[in-house]
Amino acid sequence: PSCFIFNKVGSDSPGTLSKNFLFPSPIQDLSLPNGTPVDTSSPASSSSLLNRLQLDDDLDVETRDLFVTVDDPKKHVCTMETYITYRVTTKTTRAEFDLPEYSVRRRYQDFDWLRNKLEESQPTHLIPPLPEKFVVKGVVDRFSEEFVETRRKALDKFLKRITDHPVLSFNEHFNVFLTAKDLNAYKKQGMALLSKMGESVKYVTGGYKLRTRPLEFAAIGDYLDTFSLKLGTIDRIAQRIIKEQLEYLVELREYGPVYSTWGGLEVELSEPLEGVSACIGNCCTALEELSEDMTEDFLPVLREYILYAESMKNVLKKRDQVQAEYEAKLEAVALRKEDRPKVPTDVEKCQDRVECFNADLKADMERWQNNKRQDFRQLLMGMADKNIQYYEKVCATCWSNGRNKSSLFSSAEGIIIQDIFTLS
Amino acid sequence: MEDCLAKKMEITVSEAEKRTGRNAMNIQETYTAYLIETRAVESQSEGQCAPVDSLWRRYSEFELLRNYLSVTYPHIVVPPLPEKRADFVWHKLSADNMDPDFVERRRIGLENFLLRVASHPVLCQDKIFYAFLTQEGGWKEMVNETGFQLKADSRLKALNATFRVKNPDKRFTELKHYSDELQSVISHLLRVRARVADRLYGVYKVHGNYGRVFSEWSAIEKEMGDGLQSAGHHMDVYAASIDDILEEEEHYADQLKEYLFYAEALRAVCRKHELMQYDLEMAAQDLTSKKQQCEELATGTVRTFSLKGMTSKLFGQETPEQREAKIKVLEEQIQEGEEQLKSKNLEGRDFVKSAWADIERFKEQKNHDLKEALISYAVMQISMCKKGIQVWTNAKECFSKM
Repeated sequence: PSCFIFNKVGSDSPGTLSKNFLFPSPIQDLSLPNGTPVDTSSPASSSSLLNRLQLDDDLDVETRDLFVTVDDPKKHVCTMETYITYRVTTKTTRAEFDLPEYSVRRRYQDFDWLRNKLEESQPTHLIPPLPEKFVVKGVVDRFSEEFVETRRKALDKFLKRITDHPVLSFNEHFNVFLTAKDLNAYKKQGMALLSKMGESVKYVTGGYKLRTRPLEFAAIGDYLDTFSLKLGTIDRIAQRIIKEQLEYLVELREYGPVYSTWGGLEVELSEPLEGVSACIGNCCTALEELSEDMTEDFLPVLREYILYAESMKNVLKKRDQVQAEYEAKLEAVALRKEDRPKVPTDVEKCQDRVECFNADLKADMERWQNNKRQDFRQLLMGMADKNIQYYEKVCATCWSNGRNKSSLFSSAEGIIIQDIFTLS
Repeated sequence: MEDCLAKKMEITVSEAEKRTGRNAMNIQETYTAYLIETRAVESQSEGQCAPVDSLWRRYSEFELLRNYLSVTYPHIVVPPLPEKRADFVWHKLSADNMDPDFVERRRIGLENFLLRVASHPVLCQDKIFYAFLTQEGGWKEMVNETGFQLKADSRLKALNATFRVKNPDKRFTELKHYSDELQSVISHLLRVRARVADRLYGVYKVHGNYGRVFSEWSAIEKEMGDGLQSAGHHMDVYAASIDDILEEEEHYADQLKEYLFYAEALRAVCRKHELMQYDLEMAAQDLTSKKQQCEELATGTVRTFSLKGMTSKLFGQETPEQREAKIKVLEEQIQEGEEQLKSKNLEGRDFVKSAWADIERFKEQKNHDLKEALISYAVMQISMCKKGIQVWTNAKECFSKM
């Protein structure tokens, strides 16, 4: 089993790729969600994109009709394995749902299944990423509170992104995932179907290669490459900072008590020395909080976007495949039947598919760009806030001992001196 | 204190200069010379300033001066010199003696030393010290003429020699213990502080990488570009700000270092006292044994077994004349010894009195200085926090525009 989810779904070999998106038409029809044919997805996307923007601005709850949350993780210990399930709660007014409210328990591999299904059935769309299966090989305790909470947040984000999507949120598998009492039974049914079709699927799309990517998609590809690269760097920097902070913390923890020891030797200096020691102790607490916040809130979002970019790259590759198939077929027709101007229907279908793919992809990219901008604004402002709070804590609770902020910040040195030496 | 030299004279070490010359063995060496400037402060100021006198001294001359002072004034906690070699440094600071930053910090330290001596009620009146400040040529010869080196007790140099003192002065024992502890706690503190500085430096500098990557990232973004670019600039500012912060903190470390070396000076006074007590006890013991011998001879009884007693028994009695002569010599020695003991006792009492007065003065000075140092340290921390808040607020402003 691979460590990273996208490895599993985004393998480069054409064999597995084909399985993911180029279904013969009966299968594709079968996997289409009720009443939402793939062809109309692009207008739907752009109109609901406007909705989305509005939603984000006013947080107008009334125009939303589907709410999903992931919470209440529970550990299950069986003879065979130990795992965590999460409660997935759905509230909706959509007609596709029989009830207005559902509550089911799902484990990570169910989410994984859902994502695979979405990728299979909505090959033209950008599917949000799942958190990595294991964050760091071996080192992480999968059942620790922090790990479970970080994962819960990521899974919640994953479902919310699908919920917000004008096409994906109507997907049949998604519906089943949210509502089915027994998801495993449904899974088995699907597997049987897939194994029957597997071989023929592989056969259909082998070997098409696109000569040149159209300019606008090449630009998206270049953008994604640089974006992943830069995010990877930011991720490394953030991790390094946390590491440096923890090492700083180790030294600070030794530093403070030395002042206390010294204080024990002195009579008149005892109080200020103990004061400094207490200040350093408070610095430690504030620093601990800062690196914890960065670990829990900052890093996971970076990771999500790194994976997101990978998903997007996969969709781009699929698009290339579809276009390559179309071009190859067109060429073949041109060679064989030069005298007949009429293009066969299967080639026309191919052309439709390319156009449809392009429209979906562009809409998804636009939506993604918007989300990204908002998410990063929030993320980076949060980082700044956490640092400001850290310094404020150090400043206010340590070196001025409970004086109110205004006196501290407007203070002449005299006030500060008083503050330090009136430590009690 | 009113008539101490510091009140009558402005003293500064205003410059440091690298020089190359030949030493006594005719070997080429490089050293740093320091320019000492002095100016008399007139009591009735007539608006006219006295001319500035200046002369050059090198570190080894400062060392000679301090050696002279510590031998000549054994009961005084003589102010320490700044370190000869950079110690307790964090990685960014060079341990090189010729490093300009180090030379500059030592210049400040040497000036501080001169000011400490000049404002000391006893030391400031010393003629050799005055000559050090005002008389460039022939100073070394002048110091050596005092013969201070002869007075220097070589036993003190054996650093770990302990003298078995029977009746130690409790106050000095405690003080010695205190100076040991002070030395160990300050050196521990300085060591950890250097590591803390190292780590803090790391935390800040790694943030500088955000500066670069934000700027590179901004190149591919449309709406986010400007915000990222300028936030990157603030991250650069943040990373650079640590240099000044730690530079300033180095001054705090130097203040602590002075007291690390002061602890050594304090211990030196304790050891000198110990040695004195030892001599006193040895003299008393000698006297007692002579008195006993004398008594034995006079009464003819041998209270304790001795070789002399045995030989006299074996080889027959001395003649009464011989015995008389011996007793006379002994009685003279006893008288001499008693006088010596008396004067040693007196000397010791004087030493304790003046040493204790200076120790009290030192304690006061120490409490005052270190309190100030801690305050300035706290002020530094607050200003670091303020800087941090400022930079991150600016960065946040940029992020909010994305």
